[in-house]
Amino acid sequence: MIKLTIDNIEVEVEEGTTILNAARKIGGKVVPPAMCYYSKLDCSGGKCRVCLVKVAQSSAKDPRPMPKLVASCSTMAQDGMVVQNITSPEVLEARKAIVEFLLLNHPLDCPVCDQAGECDLQDLAYSFGSENTRSREERSVHKQEDIGPYIQLNKNRCILCYRCINTANQLTDQRVHGMLFRGDHAEISTYIEKSVENDFSGNIIDVCPVGALTDKTSRFKSRVWFTKPYDAHRECPKCNGKVVLWMKGNEVLRVTAPKDKNGEVEHFICNECRFEKKEVSDWKIDGPRTIERTSVISLNHYTNIDKLNKEEK
Amino acid sequence: MAMQTLTNRSKVVSNKKMTLWEKIYLPAIVKGLSITFFGHFFKRKVTFSYPDKQREFSPVYRGRHVLKRDDQGRERCTACGLCALACPAEAITIVAAERKPGEENLYREEKYAATYEINMLRCIFCGLCEEVCPKEAIFLTDQIVHSEYERPTFIYGKDKLVESVDNPVDVSKRQTKSVLEFKKNTGFAHNR
Repeated sequence: MIKLTIDNIEVEVEEGTTILNAARKIGGKVVPPAMCYYSKLDCSGGKCRVCLVKVAQSSAKDPRPMPKLVASCSTMAQDGMVVQNITSPEVLEARKAIVEFLLLNHPLDCPVCDQAGECDLQDLAYSFGSENTRSREERSVHKQEDIGPYIQLNKNRCILCYRCINTANQLTDQRVHGMLFRGDHAEISTYIEKSVENDFSGNIIDVCPVGALTDKTSRFKSRVWFTKPYDAHRECPKCNGKVVLWMKGNEVLRVTAPKDKNGEVEHFICNECRFEKKEVSDWKIDGPRTIERTSVISLNHYTNIDKLNKEEK
Repeated sequence: MAMQTLTNRSKVVSNKKMTLWEKIYLPAIVKGLSITFFGHFFKRKVTFSYPDKQREFSPVYRGRHVLKRDDQGRERCTACGLCALACPAEAITIVAAERKPGEENLYREEKYAATYEINMLRCIFCGLCEEVCPKEAIFLTDQIVHSEYERPTFIYGKDKLVESVDNPVDVSKRQTKSVLEFKKNTGFAHNR
């Protein structure tokens, strides 16, 4: 076990833990945001640069600071390391700049986008970004393509985090989509417009931090803050069948995998659960899902009451 | 124990017999009429006969809503649901739909409001929907919501709310100097 300090909070973690995971062990505001790193996926991280932190002291043996800000998702914690995240103005300034870069080509179509309300980039832009853009150039526009009956792909919104590619690599036997071209021209695509046809391919919707991959079966059905999330389960031969139903009245509009406090899915669910089972009778409902008070989804009022009850106990 | 009074303006009621002077009432009536005649009869009237004469409205009067079209006649509303979210009276209901190929001249964005309903009985005309709208689609106007006989007729659908292509509703008076200044800033996406 090694000890390190993040934002003046000491934490003890196992050797080989990244700074980000050490911060997640503390929890709360000191956790750096992550747009590409996903603990459930191997080889993820190191691409979006949103999780940059300042290392004021490399280790107990070598007390020199690291020369540049480092990506906390891919830097291993050392014994005696001193890390600054929100206590360092340098980090906050860098993060603001990174968000500006992420938004350079990201269209501002939140009013149209189905992800709005549960979008990581939207949250990030609210907390760190500037409300104004300095770029005068037109945003890049990609030709849209159809990737099958279940998943809607909008290449313009993609921030090239590679999460969906990692998911497809690890979950499915055959990956049929990937990154084409290089640098500024990079875009996500299925090679020769092959549709994504795997039993677990729907999970790329959940891992997508933005609205590039959304559920076609619930496209434009409702804004997320008008739907109420319920924990539910069913006997499923393919996955463990535990999901979150997003309901409006007695209608199941959308089915997603349950997400943990880091915004990552707890487990992956199959396409049958996600896309085919849209009747209440298909599911056994366990109860309303607790949504964070700060989330726009909690504007459904009732979860707050639920939370109050829990606090009283 | 004497009852405690909340204010010092309460009066004790007495059941004493009226005198003859009070019983004939006429002096009291004359006294009352003289107050009306000398005190109020020659004053300027505070009321006016409404349909014949109408008050001037403030340029930012918050009357019935209009859903604007853009300069090419396409509906500006993209059914983002922020007005329904901001509405404190929960008067707005929206159902969104996807624009089909060939409807580009009808709707501005790929999503549009298939139904847009405002319950005018619930609406409190606070103007938050207008304030929150990111597409400058909904405005409150100086028109009045007319009285009706039936409750369902107060639910205004798109047929009543969307302005006609030939006869657009002028909302330029509602836009203050600071709004026009804001619109010049092309850094914000919806100003482009």
